Amino acid sequence: MGQALERIAVPMLALLASAFLFGLLLAVYARVDPLEAFALMYQGAFGSWFSWQNTLSRAAPLILAALCTALPARLGLVIIGNEGAVVLGGVAGAAMGVALAGAPPLVVQLGMIVAGMAVGGLWVALAGALRQWRGVNETIASLLLTYIAIALMNHLVEGPLRDPQSLNKPSTASIGDANMIGTIPGMDVHWGLVFGIIACLLVYIFLSFTTWGFAMDVIGGNAKTARMMGLNVGRYVLLACGVGGAAAGIAGTVEVAAVLGRANASLAVGYGYAGILVSFLARHNPLAIIPVAILLGGIAASGGLLQRRLDLPDAAVVVLQGIIFVAILASETLYGRLLPRKQGS
Amino acid sequence: MSVIGTVPFPEHRGAPSLELVGFSKRFGALAALDDVSVKVNAGAFHALLGENGAGKSTLVKCAMGYYAADQGQILLNGREVEIAHPKQAHELGLGMVYQHFTLVPNMTVLENFVLSRGKLPPVIDWASERRVLADYFSTTPFTVPLDTPVADLAAGQKQKAEILRQLYLKRTLLILDEPTSVLTPDEADEVLSTLKKLTRDGAVTIITITHKFREVNAFCDTVTVLRRGKLVDTRPTADLDNDMMAEMMVGRRDNRVVVEREARPPGKAVLRIEGLSVADHVGQLAVEELALEVRAGEIVGVAGVSGNGQRELVETLAGQRDAQAGRMLVHGEPYTATRPEMIRHKIACLPEEPLRNACVADMSVAENMALRSFDQPPASPDGMRLRRLPMRDMARRLIEAYRVKTPGPDAPIKALSGGNVQRAVLARELSSEGDLLIVANPCFGLDFAAAAEIRTRIVQARNRGAAILLVSEDLDEVLQLSDRIVVMFDGRLALQTDAAQADVGAIGRAMAGH
Repeated sequence: MGQALERIAVPMLALLASAFLFGLLLAVYARVDPLEAFALMYQGAFGSWFSWQNTLSRAAPLILAALCTALPARLGLVIIGNEGAVVLGGVAGAAMGVALAGAPPLVVQLGMIVAGMAVGGLWVALAGALRQWRGVNETIASLLLTYIAIALMNHLVEGPLRDPQSLNKPSTASIGDANMIGTIPGMDVHWGLVFGIIACLLVYIFLSFTTWGFAMDVIGGNAKTARMMGLNVGRYVLLACGVGGAAAGIAGTVEVAAVLGRANASLAVGYGYAGILVSFLARHNPLAIIPVAILLGGIAASGGLLQRRLDLPDAAVVVLQGIIFVAILASETLYGRLLPRKQGS
Repeated sequence: MSVIGTVPFPEHRGAPSLELVGFSKRFGALAALDDVSVKVNAGAFHALLGENGAGKSTLVKCAMGYYAADQGQILLNGREVEIAHPKQAHELGLGMVYQHFTLVPNMTVLENFVLSRGKLPPVIDWASERRVLADYFSTTPFTVPLDTPVADLAAGQKQKAEILRQLYLKRTLLILDEPTSVLTPDEADEVLSTLKKLTRDGAVTIITITHKFREVNAFCDTVTVLRRGKLVDTRPTADLDNDMMAEMMVGRRDNRVVVEREARPPGKAVLRIEGLSVADHVGQLAVEELALEVRAGEIVGVAGVSGNGQRELVETLAGQRDAQAGRMLVHGEPYTATRPEMIRHKIACLPEEPLRNACVADMSVAENMALRSFDQPPASPDGMRLRRLPMRDMARRLIEAYRVKTPGPDAPIKALSGGNVQRAVLARELSSEGDLLIVANPCFGLDFAAAAEIRTRIVQARNRGAAILLVSEDLDEVLQLSDRIVVMFDGRLALQTDAAQADVGAIGRAMAGH
């Protein structure tokens, strides 16, 4: 009971502390009334139907990208290569979309999603494989793989996949308006949000109601015991990294298929990095990822309003994200200490 | 009149004598030391002999100030001294050399020696330090290269460097904790003979903890034998032979303490190990070309001092470590410790410290009890779906049958006491009525009643026909439970004998490498 309360209370405290620190920074350094800033942020994020749609659009890729950290985390792995999987998933989706040009839109869209999943999944599984069979630290490996992924994207969109028409911003060819996946009926939010929510539900069901999810918890809880039970740890590492990477890959593909229409440097705008934050804030719980992603999507959505009304740089919300991340990591030490607990029976 | 303690401690040159009087130390319910007194003469090469858990390490750690003894006095050169902290021991000239090296591997010998001096000036004059140390090395019976990083030294040289450092720090009483366990016999002889020379010259007094009779015979003047925290005797080595030392170490024991065991002839071989070699965590072979067979309805006890490859053997059988060479067969089929094999052959494991080695501490009792069966019916009808309800029902039955004291099946297993964690694991592992049971130090850290119950369960499993491999550092346990006994020494089987005809002396000698 106390533990459940703690799981809510600790992140809440961390969020409050971050808000306080950010407010202090606004008041002292930027000379802005923090209360006014927070009111504006609320307005920009959740104040109107328009801002809600903006928020949800930004939350969609965060939900998918967060799964890339959350799934391996069940095995005790810290994977932060989400951005790389997002970027390559986008490039792969665009390339597939261009390659399938002329096919029925549904085929093109399915092909793009499959390509994005496969490439994103393989990319992150690579970090898992390096960890399992070569002892390479998976955190560093996945981060460095992200740099490689971004460089690879730049190479592809400036070279082999470049549309000669794209002059100022090198891009792949357009996948064509007919193949765009469009928005959810009745709102100006693309289908990525639905994909994300479905993915989180599937992952939740997988983790909670299947033997594989149980085995993953055993491995994450005590790898030595897992091996004694004959569980194939390597296979689960590949599985978790692969599925997580596939989710991030979809995020990239959806950005291409619903927003950009082509792959270019706009894929690498930090959805993947923010996904790490979302996963940690949600304590790697797939259901908690959804509201947390909406919260962070809202913070990002309010950046424009802060800029216009208070003359703050648009990096201000990134600063807030950074503060939240540090506060969340620091709050990990509070678990088990926040509430008085009776000594072991 | 002078009061003891107000007179400055007289400067004493050369080897001191040390007397430990009436040392007792309890860890919880366990009496690690019970009124142990040892007298070590000045310039002696004194051995402390005993099995695991006999209290040797506890005794010297009390003397060095690492532990505060519950009772006991230390007399150095006949004067009472107080040692409450290792620093005080160092100031009095007591130094300790450990089984494992303590020099910083990536620094040179010179750097290590200077570093260990404690107080250092802000800027070190390396040229003069090196001169001082080179001069010093010209007076010592052996030297090590000054500018070689310690990591590049051979094991024997490292141990020499450790000893030289103690001498350099003006320690005149050295306590060595199994100083040769990481050395080859030749290296060990070299190090020990130079130490022997130092004691003969009257430069140092040495107390060495060991299991090896050969070294005691060859180098030590006197031996103190401890058994289960009690002093057995202190005698000159010249008066003892191996049989006597073995008997002092393991005691005269009744081979058979009765646990209702049925007389039954062993059945077919269940586990067969052929030429198995396993590397330890640093890549050295801990198990070398081991061959062993365990038949249905028999308990094969593996005795031996810890660190002779038992852990690696068990981990390989349990699937936690890969073998370098050789193979394992269960029921005649190759066994590589995968889950399907474990389930098909009904293999169960009961390791030491079950909370760390066989449980997921954060999971509930029910989940931990389901670790073997969560992907089998009834917990999973198809190997994919997971049903919590049957899991919990099964846990309730096991909790009842094995009398596990727990608030309920949903309590986290880490909230249970050690004995109850072991019972829960036992329930999980034995409930499948396994054909092969791998057991390692199952009663480690348990109280008497819990240990007796666990042992009874193991014998019951044997009685119904399971093949059991029991690896234990507790010789009594091996003697009590086994049908057949093997002794592991240095990664190999040193002795195989029928438990009924077991000669405890021979087992003790085999454990000490004879």
